Amino acid sequence: MFAARRPGLDSAAEPTRVWLRLMPALIVVVPVFVVAVGLALAQSLGVFPLIGDSRLSPDAYRSLFSGQELWRSLAFTSYLSLASTALALGLGVTIALAFRHLFSGSRVGAFMLQLNLPVPHLVGALAMVLVLGQSGLLARVAGSVGLIDGPAVFPALIFDPRGVAIIAEYVWKEVPFFALIALAGLGSVADDFEGVAATLGAGRWRRFRHVTLPLLAPALLPASVVVFAFTFGTFEVPLLLGGSFPEALPVLAYRRFTNVDLAARPEALALGVVMMAIITLAALIYLHLGRRYARRP
Amino acid sequence: MNQQAVKSNSPGARQHAPEQRRPRSTRTLAALLLTLLILPLAALALFSLTRGYFYPQLVPNDWNLRAWRLLLRPGSEVWGAMVTTVSVGLAVVAVALVVAVPAGRALGRHTFRAKRLVELALLAPLLAPPVVVAMGLDFAFLRLRLTNSFWGVVLVHLVPTVPYAVFIMSGVFANYDPAGEGQARTLGATRLRAFRYVTLPAIAPGLVVAGVLVLIVSWSQYILTLLIGGGQVVTLPILLFATSTGGDTALTSALALITIAPVLALLFLTSRHVSRMPAARIGIP
Repeated sequence: MFAARRPGLDSAAEPTRVWLRLMPALIVVVPVFVVAVGLALAQSLGVFPLIGDSRLSPDAYRSLFSGQELWRSLAFTSYLSLASTALALGLGVTIALAFRHLFSGSRVGAFMLQLNLPVPHLVGALAMVLVLGQSGLLARVAGSVGLIDGPAVFPALIFDPRGVAIIAEYVWKEVPFFALIALAGLGSVADDFEGVAATLGAGRWRRFRHVTLPLLAPALLPASVVVFAFTFGTFEVPLLLGGSFPEALPVLAYRRFTNVDLAARPEALALGVVMMAIITLAALIYLHLGRRYARRP
Repeated sequence: MNQQAVKSNSPGARQHAPEQRRPRSTRTLAALLLTLLILPLAALALFSLTRGYFYPQLVPNDWNLRAWRLLLRPGSEVWGAMVTTVSVGLAVVAVALVVAVPAGRALGRHTFRAKRLVELALLAPLLAPPVVVAMGLDFAFLRLRLTNSFWGVVLVHLVPTVPYAVFIMSGVFANYDPAGEGQARTLGATRLRAFRYVTLPAIAPGLVVAGVLVLIVSWSQYILTLLIGGGQVVTLPILLFATSTGGDTALTSALALITIAPVLALLFLTSRHVSRMPAARIGIP
């Protein structure tokens, strides 16, 4: 995560000063985050601190895990995140490899890949409706060349159980994210190593598999975890582009949370805890993989 | 810069790249990629400039500025939302930068026990779904009377932004040589003056990038603002979502473009600095 080049560390500063420097940032972030997670956990178990009405019970989890809805949503959300992450990773790396020499040192290229960086997913999702909807631009092009007879014949890409538009939005937003990271890893060092491998008779695939990929993996792995976690927890995109069944976990949690029936609240927070657990699991897998990778010669 | 110039500037590429790519096909592919990246934004522009633009029209029959006129007229609620978004964003940027400079220095220039733990404590908020953070906090913020308030929204926006700022500044400080500070102090400069005249100019480009990215992340928040702001703190994304449920496609599309225009302009103005940052640090998923 942190840069390897260091022009020499600061003179052995006393630990107190280091912690004093860290404190403001930690105070701003950690308490709010810990309270958020702690209260989510407490409320999911029926405990509402500061209100008398508290009965510690796993009822919310029991009813969630016994029903079908949680499992359907969990499978749907996992599928959306895994598919988006894999597609964006593959396309991003491919683009970086294809354009490495065109983009290296080119400000236009770099800016191009940064273009949708400031576009909120909310805006991306609204745009996807215009492009992929049944009366969207793609359907109109298909209609004008005689592929379809009317909007109803156009395949449902939004509000569909396969979440095509949701995945399209994530891929659209994350491909440049991965491409930029891969391009950064494909510097002159990669050129040199690949050249050496070529001289030693390594073919295209072997050079990619044994030289390029190991050079890129340390940056791409954490990026993949970040994208997985982000797409798993994003609310706006499945809300705008997803159908009513199955619903993505963040949407399901939000609906329970805003339900007029206050009894649905513990279930909403329990869904939140389940989401946190999945993301934690993904992070742990990454840490494990990272360690195994680091041990390689 | 053209292809030839890039190639001749990097002899390594020429000697080693075993299969020379034909520039024209690469350029065609790059153009295609650019088109796909821009297409959704172009669609917003197209729909925003029309009236009665329904299937099967491909070329609009009625080009029209109605949506833009309506949104940009004096007294439109867009202006209020713009002021709120900018105010929240600037408050978040100010706090994030002030806390990220010392923390970035500590992480970038020191090794200490529990460093991994500190990194993890800053990474976790980035991975947590905003909807879960907002649902958990809702209850506490109600008690603290932070719900429905400007400062409540600022506080909750700090959760996903401060970690970015710290990680960027940590990278900046990792490549920073503090020798100049010592020289300034030897020459009699106070700690504050040494920071003002030596450290600050050296880290300024990094601060610009951190500030821009923090602003972008704050600018993009929807669900955190919705649940904590409780409909009282109306930022551009909140207004945009509310507008989108009204079903006026032209209006929604124009507002979507108005929402991204300021941050896009800011990124363009600072792209010189942003491009120079290591890419792994500037990613926003």
